[in-house]
Amino acid sequence: MEQSQVMEGVVKILTPWVKNDEALQAVSLETNILDDLKVNSARLVDVVIAFEDEFDIEIDDEDVDTVNTVGDAVQLISSKLG
Amino acid sequence: MARDGVEVSGSARNGPGSSPEAESAPLSPAEVLERVPQQAPFRFIDEIHELDSEHIVASYRFPENSDFYRGHFPGNPITPGVILVEAMAQAGVVAQGIYLYALQYSAEEVEKVVTVFTDANVEFSGQVLPGDRVTTSGRVRFFRRKKLRADVEMRKEDGTLVCEGELSGMGVPR
Repeated sequence: MEQSQVMEGVVKILTPWVKNDEALQAVSLETNILDDLKVNSARLVDVVIAFEDEFDIEIDDEDVDTVNTVGDAVQLISSKLG
Repeated sequence: MARDGVEVSGSARNGPGSSPEAESAPLSPAEVLERVPQQAPFRFIDEIHELDSEHIVASYRFPENSDFYRGHFPGNPITPGVILVEAMAQAGVVAQGIYLYALQYSAEEVEKVVTVFTDANVEFSGQVLPGDRVTTSGRVRFFRRKKLRADVEMRKEDGTLVCEGELSGMGVPR
């Protein structure tokens, strides 16, 4: 799967929980999920489960701690997709 | 980091690699109830009847002299929906969460965590009047990274559905 497709999927999943529409409009790999998009940290588990469902992968809890930006999520998912 | 998922069978989803590192003996329903931090007049569980890593069944009778009936509504007392949601959360999220935490952590660690309500999607279909006894049943959807989501429903003694929904909470340091 192309990185752009993964990025598109990540943004689609994050969108319902984004509270900063301006940051969403300008989203990039560097966009921070909590600080920029203002996603509630309590929603991170929901986000991870949605990633698993959307991309048919399994994400270890340890890996979740490495995800801060949209790019981190894209990289993690891409690595799982091989 | 701590691994937060626990092994449960059925449809509850706890993520890969989430088996407990040092599984503890399960708490009894009475031990869980002792650890629920909410107290009267804001405790809405009288008894926990069934409890395991997948589900909980608890009951509560709303005292006729509960203070909120004076205002909700004068001359026509009905249990407020927010109180019903709180009762659902205390059983399906807080008590269930204490049981699940205790499977993974020492008693000392369990004491350091309090479960806060994070989100809910609830539909009401009945009323609870002063003196009514309700039974709340919860089923775990997932318990992961200290977040618990459960499908919870409340019924009256005659089996009438009062409300049902999806409730979530998260363990945070006290």
